[in-house]
Amino acid sequence: MDPLLHQIANGLATGAIYAVIALALVMNFNSTGHINFAQGEMAMFSTYVAWTLIAVGLPYGVAFLATVAISFAGGLVLERFVLHRFRDAPPLSVVIVFIALFLGFNALAGWIWGPVLKEFPSPVSSYKTGTSLVGAHELFVGAVAAAMLSLLYGFFRFTTLGLKMRAVASNPASSRLVGIRVSWTLALGWGLAAAIGAIAGMLIAPLTFLDPSMMAGILLYAFAAALLGGVDSPPGAVIGGLVVGVTENLLGAYVVGTELKQTVALAIVILVLVCRPQGLLGRVTVRRV
Amino acid sequence: MRGILDKLPPRTVVVVACLIALLLPLVVSNFRSFQLTQLMVYAIAILGLNLLTGYNGQISLGHGAFFAIGAYVASILMDKAGVPYWATVPAAAVVCFSVGFLFGLPALRLAGHYLALATFSLALSMPQLLKHPALERWTGGVQGISISKPPVPFGLLISQDRWLYWFVLLHVVVLFICAANLLRGKVGRAIRAIRDQPLAAETAGINNARYKTTLFGISSMYTGVAGALSAIVLQFVSPDSFTMFLSIYLLVGVVVGGVGSIWGAFLGAAFIMVVPNLSSEISKSATGSIYALSLLLLIWRLPNGLWGGVTRLWRTATRRAA
Repeated sequence: MDPLLHQIANGLATGAIYAVIALALVMNFNSTGHINFAQGEMAMFSTYVAWTLIAVGLPYGVAFLATVAISFAGGLVLERFVLHRFRDAPPLSVVIVFIALFLGFNALAGWIWGPVLKEFPSPVSSYKTGTSLVGAHELFVGAVAAAMLSLLYGFFRFTTLGLKMRAVASNPASSRLVGIRVSWTLALGWGLAAAIGAIAGMLIAPLTFLDPSMMAGILLYAFAAALLGGVDSPPGAVIGGLVVGVTENLLGAYVVGTELKQTVALAIVILVLVCRPQGLLGRVTVRRV
Repeated sequence: MRGILDKLPPRTVVVVACLIALLLPLVVSNFRSFQLTQLMVYAIAILGLNLLTGYNGQISLGHGAFFAIGAYVASILMDKAGVPYWATVPAAAVVCFSVGFLFGLPALRLAGHYLALATFSLALSMPQLLKHPALERWTGGVQGISISKPPVPFGLLISQDRWLYWFVLLHVVVLFICAANLLRGKVGRAIRAIRDQPLAAETAGINNARYKTTLFGISSMYTGVAGALSAIVLQFVSPDSFTMFLSIYLLVGVVVGGVGSIWGAFLGAAFIMVVPNLSSEISKSATGSIYALSLLLLIWRLPNGLWGGVTRLWRTATRRAA
């Protein structure tokens, strides 16, 4: 098999993973206007919850749905009890709260489940794709990413709730004036982002194994993906994820070597932020002063 | 309120504090001197981050990277070029100022979350950069660099740990006085004005871009000097001592000590040093949990940090007495 094709296929597979975390970031950004640094750690924590549910004997499907529900509730509670208090706080305070959540979830997972790597099952592990290019789980990740993308896109584009969320993120005061319940919309946004993160975590864990620091590397690529695609655009997140995945693999294989892969992500982040802050598909925001 | 926080405490307090700091190693053990030296090193790094994030409003989650650069510059100069240890600190300062200044140029276009994101990426990718094979000849790759312990000069009959304490104390005094002076007067007002009202500052004739990039340079210089001092004190650097957690802990120090207060840096440094020591008896993960909780509580109830709390108590106490 052509090695170049292999690299591209690998890139697309890892890119799909970045895309799902990036989707969670986009969800959070679109509903609150913030980039949540703790998104990866929250996803990791949800995945541990799923692991525990499977370990006590629940079938995969039930555990999957239960985890999504628990994460949704968790995100909701987190917004109502923590983030809620920092709604009008300056950016520094909000970033610090995110960092606190990052540290908190990381430490809590280490505390509860220990630092030992855990294996996480894949629902499609018994299937074969019949080609060495792509594994069954990678295809599954791609399919779920595509499904989530269309759901999210439809949600923000066609539903009233999606429109309300975007309104709240861009101008809370005016949204309140037209009768949107800002506080609950924000909480709902956090819940949905946490649920998407949980799905992402459960998709990633079979490939990386489960451990408290599994997201450290992935989060950087997800940032790069979300920024590249435009941080307010769900299709952008997926395209960004795939582009970052392929770029990372091709550059790693042919140009800079595997040792500089993370630096590639750093370069993408800075290049995008400096040259095209709105990303490929994002909307340019104009602020009136 | 902020004006009071920035002013030097009363002169007698300063003199007494300096005397205590000067004489402390004579009464405590070698190991305590070593710990206090580390505390001062962190205080310098935290002050550097506070200059940028607390006073100028440029959020950096990547100052661990500048700490690493300072530490590596010092170690490489000592290890490969045989430069005496005291001369490596100014060299690290120059390098870190330049790197910080250059990083500050693209950072100019980023505000709030986005700058935090870019610097966070820098912190995430730093260990990998340091391990890169192309640099291995200088950085020693994964193994890092070990350097020999600096000798006590002038044939003084003191331990090396005590000598290093005074060596670091000298830097602390110089750097803190410089920072206090920088933040006083016109320049300090401009720096804060850019944080509070960038547009108004620009309209008032402040060159925002020049201030912001220069301050980025100065801030990374402070943190880089701290890195160089830490390399001298520990006699060892390796890529995995400079993960993104270092950057996060520095930010924890800033927030705990007090965003926008110079002297809070010592409280912040004490906090990030003491908590891991105390909590490691409970669990290794307890440190992170305590950091996380105290961050949330402080930013919620005491946004000016411990130093803000201390000054507020002091003021109510003196007002009662008067």
